[in-house]
Amino acid sequence: MNMMEIKNFSFTYAKASKPSLKNINLPIKKNQITALIGPSGCGKSTLLRSLNRIHDLYPGNKYEGEILLYNPQTNEYENILELKKENEFINLRQRVGMIFQKPTPFPMSIFDNVAYGLRLNGIKNKSELETRVEEALKGAALWNEVKDRLKASAMGLSGGQQQRLCIARAVALKPEILLFDEPTSALDPISTGAIEQLVAELKKDVTIAIVTHNMQQASRLSDYTAFMYMGELIEYNKTEKIFLNPDEKLTEDYITGRFG
Amino acid sequence: MNRLIVNKIIIALSVFSALFGIGVLFWILGTLTIKGIVSINWHIFTHDLVEKGIRNLIIGQFIMGILASFIAIPVGVAAGIYLREYNTNKFGEILRNLSDVMMSAPSIVVGIFVYGLLVDPIGHYNGFAGAIALAIMMLPIVISTTDSMLSLVPKELREAGIALGGSKHKIILQIVLRAAKVGITTGILLAFARIIGETAPLLFTSANNQYLTFDLTHQFPSLTVSIYNLANYPDEASINLAWAASFILTIVVLIINLLGRYITRNKG
Ligand SMILES: Nc1ncnc2c1ncn2[C@@H]1O[C@H](COP(=O)(O)OP(=O)(O)OP(=O)(O)O)[C@@H](O)[C@H]1O
Ligand SMILES: [Mg+2]
Repeated sequence: MNMMEIKNFSFTYAKASKPSLKNINLPIKKNQITALIGPSGCGKSTLLRSLNRIHDLYPGNKYEGEILLYNPQTNEYENILELKKENEFINLRQRVGMIFQKPTPFPMSIFDNVAYGLRLNGIKNKSELETRVEEALKGAALWNEVKDRLKASAMGLSGGQQQRLCIARAVALKPEILLFDEPTSALDPISTGAIEQLVAELKKDVTIAIVTHNMQQASRLSDYTAFMYMGELIEYNKTEKIFLNPDEKLTEDYITGRFG
Repeated sequence: MNRLIVNKIIIALSVFSALFGIGVLFWILGTLTIKGIVSINWHIFTHDLVEKGIRNLIIGQFIMGILASFIAIPVGVAAGIYLREYNTNKFGEILRNLSDVMMSAPSIVVGIFVYGLLVDPIGHYNGFAGAIALAIMMLPIVISTTDSMLSLVPKELREAGIALGGSKHKIILQIVLRAAKVGITTGILLAFARIIGETAPLLFTSANNQYLTFDLTHQFPSLTVSIYNLANYPDEASINLAWAASFILTIVVLIINLLGRYITRNKG
């Protein structure tokens, strides 16, 4: 089933003369990994950042169409483009988490980093915070490395550890969807391997959308792949199909490295 | 060949200018240290100006400096946050330029301005006016440091906070400010070092006082104004006291500056 359905979606940045995304139709399937690929500037990040409406941090952008998010409580879809109130956004972002290209640890302790979203969520009880933080750090395969220094600053962790901390921070909120924007492009191969393994494991609890420039990563990791080009969705299908036998010539050219 | 000669001349000229500049600096510091140290004794720290000491001057200067900080730091940091985080229109740009202009305003002008505002209408010099004048000197420095230190915080950090469901003001207060804390603190220290050595803003506002006082509604003692006055006296004792006061003031400013650098370095 689809966790999200993006329908006839167009997006125009404030002050831009033409849209960066044109009429996108794309499902994000539940408990699957969907990879977004395409050449630089084709709109992958723009699309991903629409899914939790982080664009709204900057005023003046224009959304058209629908982005439907499945709500397991009501068993219905709601259009996230209709959200207006601050608490609706907060709720959306806690359900749809995001991990960025560069690790973004907050300047505070490891524990406080992971507890940050929980505290925003109103959880104050100390023992509950402790169990949730431990759970999240275990979920992000970081617990063993940091359990003796939870009070230490997160800035002292390695890049790969920081990225897993950011994943733990997002996982702590028990989101339904996690968005990854090139999460390993700033990391060494070993850390990259660890993150990939982690993403693969997270799949059983969360739905994942990941932007990547790394074709091997997309083919190794994802179940579905969407190929984008110049703001349009060119082709979407099962990953094997896209990589072995794409319908579009453009897709094939991109995957075989003929451009981009 | 020709190029080589020109090159040598230019190098010689720059070395000479550098040596000249450093020489003058050491001359000043040297004279200050020699004349200052011989004039320093226990007596001046335990007595007030009326008995040829500087106890009341040090205390007075710090009271006004700290009061000025209590005004300029919260207002300046808040204004800096507004400019960097909330300002999206022309109004903010005007404020930013205004603050930059204020930063280069001659300090005597600030003194005269506060004189017209808080001394003339009241009818007598007062320490409060002195503190306000110093706060006005300090404000644009705090604003511009806060503004530029916040601009160094990557936007990804703000986005990461928002992506966890934080509201904008919470993210600014709990994450962005914390990330810029070291830079802002250093800037504040340097701003304090700057105003603690100011004379002109105090000349027409707090004026001076021979005695130890905590009453900010009347003339208030300060090292800088006293140095200015003492240096004009004919007697040796007054002149020596001026040297001692100058030396101590320089040391204080130096220590605050070093502290600022130390904090920055340790953040590393
Ligand atoms: N803040 C912005 N304002 C205006 N245009 C923007 C903005 N951000 C991106 N764009 C434009 O939107 C288009 C899509 O950019 P986007 O960042 O989504 O590409 P991308 O596929 O993620 O590229 P990359 O692989 O390099 O990250 C580009 O043409 C870009 O120039
Ligand atoms: Mg991108």
